[in-house]
Amino acid sequence: MSDFAVILVHTTSDAIHAERVLKRAGLAVKLIPTPRRLSSDCGSAVRIDAGDRAESERLLGEANVSIDRIEPPAS
Amino acid sequence: MRRRDGLSMIYLDNAATSWPKPACVNEAITRYLSDVGASPGRSGHRLANEAERIRFDAREAVAGLLGVRDPMRVVFMSNATAAINLVLRGLLPPGAHVVTTGMEHNAVLRPLRALEQDGVSVSIAPCRTDGTMEAPSIEALIRPQTRLIAAIHASNVCGTILPIREIGALAREHGIPLLVDATQTAGCLPIDLAADNIDLLAFTGHKGLLGPTGTGGLAIGDDFDVGQLPPLICGGTGSRSEEEVQPDLLPDKYEAGTPNILGLAGLAASARHVLACGVEDMMQRERALTGRLIEGLREIVGVRVLGTLDASRQTAVVSFTIDGLPVSDIAHRLDEEFDIMCRPGLHCAPRAHRTLGTLPGGTVRLAAGPFTTESEIEAAIEAVGALAR
Repeated sequence: MSDFAVILVHTTSDAIHAERVLKRAGLAVKLIPTPRRLSSDCGSAVRIDAGDRAESERLLGEANVSIDRIEPPAS
Repeated sequence: MRRRDGLSMIYLDNAATSWPKPACVNEAITRYLSDVGASPGRSGHRLANEAERIRFDAREAVAGLLGVRDPMRVVFMSNATAAINLVLRGLLPPGAHVVTTGMEHNAVLRPLRALEQDGVSVSIAPCRTDGTMEAPSIEALIRPQTRLIAAIHASNVCGTILPIREIGALAREHGIPLLVDATQTAGCLPIDLAADNIDLLAFTGHKGLLGPTGTGGLAIGDDFDVGQLPPLICGGTGSRSEEEVQPDLLPDKYEAGTPNILGLAGLAASARHVLACGVEDMMQRERALTGRLIEGLREIVGVRVLGTLDASRQTAVVSFTIDGLPVSDIAHRLDEEFDIMCRPGLHCAPRAHRTLGTLPGGTVRLAAGPFTTESEIEAAIEAVGALAR
């Protein structure tokens, strides 16, 4: 079980959008280079605490932030 | 306005580009150059991320000023002209018909004249000699082949505001998208894409938004399907790098190539400044100056002021002529003898001048901005008075 989850996005604008929304909500977020094993779609991804996954999904949905998916897949 | 070299001058050419810029613009550009430097969207390191944050700041602030709810629907390009070309060339295939107005700038008319060579037909809705018009005169020109209505929000020659919301409402009724050229109005007038029935809005960053030149772009309404608008320029975006076709994602679809992030750093700061000051408050202040300028110029014998002569129906752009004096002489003497910067001639808008009846001589244009003072307006009125004597 990893401590982190990674939000994959299509564009770096989306990465910043996601970062902004989650930061404003007080979550711990970090932009990271997208792990190549996960995607080649966009250079940046958003790392969150694994425990914040559901909350992040809710916040991003509310703010209409476009994302590809969150890794690892929800168990 | 006193420059840093101590020279004092009156800058009334804000319709060409606003000057001075708020101090925060200088600071943001310097900060980007000194501390960031990287290209957004191209790498994942911290400086690239910081550059992308700056670009996002600009997107968010501009979206806020234009009533765009999703900042990804603000696309940055080199200027408003590029955005207008994108839309006109993308939405008007051979055989298509477009309706525009008698107050347009060449930014709209020249691409349309070029498209006519490819079989696009163009109808121009007439305007009155003060630049005003009503939406039905556009509706009367709509045909089954009409694919777009393109209208300037306010004239860059005389400031007259067109009834964009009403034009948009009838465009919606007919299922035709509306492109608005907001070059003279973004940051100067309240704009809300949804409420104003605007599908596509071309803006520039360096006029009412108070940012640097080389910034501008397209704001895209929520209901507009970007699938129907192909990009004008294709290339690297930093996204979908494994694909050799342009991604269909906003904003990347229309932002190929390294962006003017230096300019966007300035625009992010300036647009936030405008948001903080409030468009409505800035507009009221400029309206007071414009009203006084119109009134003062009209009292001078031999001076003719163009447009509605009503500051509440226009932007802070005032055009005039003096009987018997070429406009180039007036502008030159205002510069040389009175330290007043203005713009004479046709203002890249021969069609608007034809509507106003000021072809071929043109007009002298005085355009106040947020840093223009009452005493500068009085000095300009006095100077024009002296030239007219």
